[in-house]
Amino acid sequence: MDLSAINPILLLASLMVAATPIILAAIGELVVERAGVLNLGVEGMMITGAVCGFVVAVGTNSPWLGFLGAAVGGAVLSLIFGFLTQFLLSNQVATGLALTLFGLGLSALMGQGYIGIKAPSFPDWHIPLLGDIPVIGPIVFQHDPMVYVGLAIVAGVWAFLKYSRAGLVLRAVGENHEAAHALGYHVVRVRMLAIMFGGACAGLGGAYLSLVRVPQWTEGMTAGAGWIALAIVVFASWRPGRLLLGAYLFGGVTVLQLNLQAAGAAIGVEYLSMAPYLATIAVLVIMRAGRAPGSLGQSFHASR
Amino acid sequence: MTMKTILASATLALGLATGAAADGHEPTTVGFVYVGPIGDGGWTYEHDKGRLAVEEAFGDKVETVFVESVPEGPDAERVMTQMALQGADLIFTTSFGYMDQTIAVAEKFPDVKFEHATGYKRADNVSTYSARFYEGRAVQGHIAGQMTESNIIGYIASFPIPEVIRGINSAFVHAQEVNPDVEFKIIWAYTWFDPAKEAEAANVLIEQGADVILQHTDSTAPQAAAQAAGNVVTFGQASDMSEFAPFPRVSSIIDDWAPYYIARTQAVMDGTWESTDTWDGIGPGMVGIGEITDAVPADVKASAEALVERLRTGEYHAFTGPINKQDGSVWLADGEVADDGTLAGMNFYVEGVTGEIPQ
Repeated sequence: MDLSAINPILLLASLMVAATPIILAAIGELVVERAGVLNLGVEGMMITGAVCGFVVAVGTNSPWLGFLGAAVGGAVLSLIFGFLTQFLLSNQVATGLALTLFGLGLSALMGQGYIGIKAPSFPDWHIPLLGDIPVIGPIVFQHDPMVYVGLAIVAGVWAFLKYSRAGLVLRAVGENHEAAHALGYHVVRVRMLAIMFGGACAGLGGAYLSLVRVPQWTEGMTAGAGWIALAIVVFASWRPGRLLLGAYLFGGVTVLQLNLQAAGAAIGVEYLSMAPYLATIAVLVIMRAGRAPGSLGQSFHASR
Repeated sequence: MTMKTILASATLALGLATGAAADGHEPTTVGFVYVGPIGDGGWTYEHDKGRLAVEEAFGDKVETVFVESVPEGPDAERVMTQMALQGADLIFTTSFGYMDQTIAVAEKFPDVKFEHATGYKRADNVSTYSARFYEGRAVQGHIAGQMTESNIIGYIASFPIPEVIRGINSAFVHAQEVNPDVEFKIIWAYTWFDPAKEAEAANVLIEQGADVILQHTDSTAPQAAAQAAGNVVTFGQASDMSEFAPFPRVSSIIDDWAPYYIARTQAVMDGTWESTDTWDGIGPGMVGIGEITDAVPADVKASAEALVERLRTGEYHAFTGPINKQDGSVWLADGEVADDGTLAGMNFYVEGVTGEIPQ
């Protein structure tokens, strides 16, 4: 084994990139679940965001507009889920699963003419001064802007839930929707907004894959990232800080196991391949303290 | 009349109508089970091109159905059963991992013919077919060994099955032949298709010094990663991937299934179909070598083309001794040529490849 072949700086730098799509999708789902809605359609919204972002970016030659398009695409798809579950009171689990299947099919259809096309390039930011710090600079301050957008969204969600009045209302709706309703809050309106936010974030996560990480459009390219995001929300006990930790851990061990393989580590490849999942579950379960929002997954109607 | 009776009579009428149509000349139905999406730009994309060629060749006389992104495992059995129940006459199952399912479903439907790609289990109504991709790998290794400056070649492998191991060995033997210092870094991705993971793997290999990336996974993501890195050479896998030519993609292995699919469909129509084992290479055209671009120096290109020609005519076998196994024991003596049986079940590295094959 030749561990010297692994460059720890590059390893930590690629960890931040590898975790970004999962962070984006997971933080959106966290808000949705804190509002008491279980949307299992993350994978479908991600892939729809991936194709919408790609189509817009290629059409306008601007990755930024691509990301905007991805957020809109994901949010529009989530509106279908919102309408079905909040107004027609359909089962959230079944509707969410259907949304994933629908999103996969819809994205394949939309992406028909875009296979093999290259996305406009999205250069890394070399942040002046900070990017020049030895060791830390290349790890933290020399990424593409979306890495920082993702972190900003996580920080924003954390502050919103903890300090703002609107965040308190959202949590109240998620904990006990009947009490929130009795206090005069619009349960359905709050939930619809949360669902749209979740869709937009999932869309951004998908577009990060199709515009930055891969970067091109191929059918089924999210390959389960949405499900990982869902799992991380649960294991992170619905807290933004732990979510960040879980996503970095997952991304980090994923990159590390590939590095170990390439360096010829004497550990079985099967064990290396399962390592990201095991490590993430183990750490988050050990730290686990929270519980699910009280009204998670339950339908609400004002007449009851 | 209740809804139920209306539905029942409608179904009956429909059944009679299709029954009547069957009295004419019923089209032969050919089913395809794909492991990835048809838009993967690689393996499944080429199989689907074969399907379209069948449609074009037979027109109205044939009807094709396909299901894409079918996971290897119990799901595949369900998809095949469904196809057989819907009246498919011939079913192509196009991934190694469908092997046991194909055999199991074939037992239940003795009148339906099955064709399993890259496997080794046959039955009266199950044929196997594969292409000698290792001949293409030999050409890749030959070019890669001369293009690398760091002497590190990255290899994104999928699953540890003979097919993939053969490819690694063939590429390594021919890379070492032209560059004794060459080293292979191998990553097992445990997937045929996962663009994000493939991109990840390619980036890791590049970070660890590889300046040539060979892939046995199906998406074009490693090509894009190499392009972003700027100075890394790649080869198209399964499909030409020419959108990345002339650089980083300097050549490719192209699977051409169309002639085989057309011939087998014809055999079913004529009633001459028999269980066979087909394994064709560059010679019969099942394996194509994509254009070698001008990014490759002229002398390297010329010698690579000469190698293709020698493989095509059968003058040279990609596994010709002396070749030792990884542990140093003799596999092929000087001038000895590998037999198909050993190749089909290959589960060892040749001498010089580092690391172990996951078991």
